Amino acid sequence: MLAILLATIVLHLTDLIILFISTCANAWRTHGVTNYDLWHDCTQRNGGYHCRGTSDADWLQAVQALMVLATIFCLISFIIFLCQLFTLLKGGRFFFTAVFQVLASLFVMSGAIIYTVMSPEWKNESDGYGYAFVLAWLAFPLTLISGFIYIVLRKKE
Amino acid sequence: MLTLLNILTIQMLFYVVIFFTSQTTAIVVYTSWERHALVGTDVRLSCSFFSWKWTSPEVTFSWHYRPDRARDSIAIFHYTGGVPYVDNKGPFRDRLEFVGNPSRRDGSILIKNVDIADNGTFTCDAKNPPDIAGSPSNVRLLVFENVPVEAGVITGAIIGVVLGLLILIVAIYYLMRFLVARRVFSLSMSKHGKKGKGKEGSQQKQALAVTDPAKLKAAASEKKKQESRREKK
Repeated sequence: MLAILLATIVLHLTDLIILFISTCANAWRTHGVTNYDLWHDCTQRNGGYHCRGTSDADWLQAVQALMVLATIFCLISFIIFLCQLFTLLKGGRFFFTAVFQVLASLFVMSGAIIYTVMSPEWKNESDGYGYAFVLAWLAFPLTLISGFIYIVLRKKE
Repeated sequence: MLTLLNILTIQMLFYVVIFFTSQTTAIVVYTSWERHALVGTDVRLSCSFFSWKWTSPEVTFSWHYRPDRARDSIAIFHYTGGVPYVDNKGPFRDRLEFVGNPSRRDGSILIKNVDIADNGTFTCDAKNPPDIAGSPSNVRLLVFENVPVEAGVITGAIIGVVLGLLILIVAIYYLMRFLVARRVFSLSMSKHGKKGKGKEGSQQKQALAVTDPAKLKAAASEKKKQESRREKK
């Protein structure tokens, strides 16, 4: 029983860390030494970074908002999980935790899909998706699995 | 009896009076810093001034325009002697209109149907005789094909709306629970006075079934069974 609880907590914390890194790191798309999105366009030149703001595209702002919201909801669900761990009656399900975790996964999915569909065309082989984009797509199934675990999980004394 | 303090006070008052009567501080002209406009719209460039003197009937406003890549500015508008003179030879012929009110210190002009070529710096200079020393103020006009959304507006809006809805739903949920709990309390009090304990049990049973079942159901059903057993005895 304790093993299941620890595994669930570890999974949730992993989700939280992945979401934080994906939202805050500025590496959704790379182009040689320049990395673009989600917040800056930064080029590495002469050992230093030259950054300027991203394009003011509507879809990019929507992706920013969805990633931030997913991170916030994952954090809220973790706090609610800790609360419900001590206040829930025996045999009860972690309903609120599951709701917030599934919502977080939906937001990450929407953000990743919008970015995939709308990201600009590449011109040569040195372009590619950065690690933050990969982490965002990874966060979606992990948060969804975590949410379903909370729906199924029952509290025992 | 003129003490030192009295002498100093009188000196201070003297200087203040001199300052306000022989005021020769500069006139201060105000305009916006920047104006943004879409191609084809009308833009109002506002200009006002601050001056210690009353607004004189010989107040003058003059506007100059310097295109973005040019070095020199051209005069496009002048108001003097109560009459506005609008440019009818330069780039703004038939497009410039005076919409200000000089008696209220407003020297604003309206440029109709702006174009990309109208990008540049407009300078407003106001003089209010005898208050004429002052520097003019510049306003930059930026004309866009389509106005870009500022960075972060949509982001902030989405985040704000979602979090607001979340807080609203939580607040409504707790409000409903609180209201239903209060209705239970007031009902059971009134029935207790009229008909005794028989009705009270059924009222509680009805009301408790309406409130949050997940948490209270087990405890409440235990209570009801105990009460009904007690009443039957």
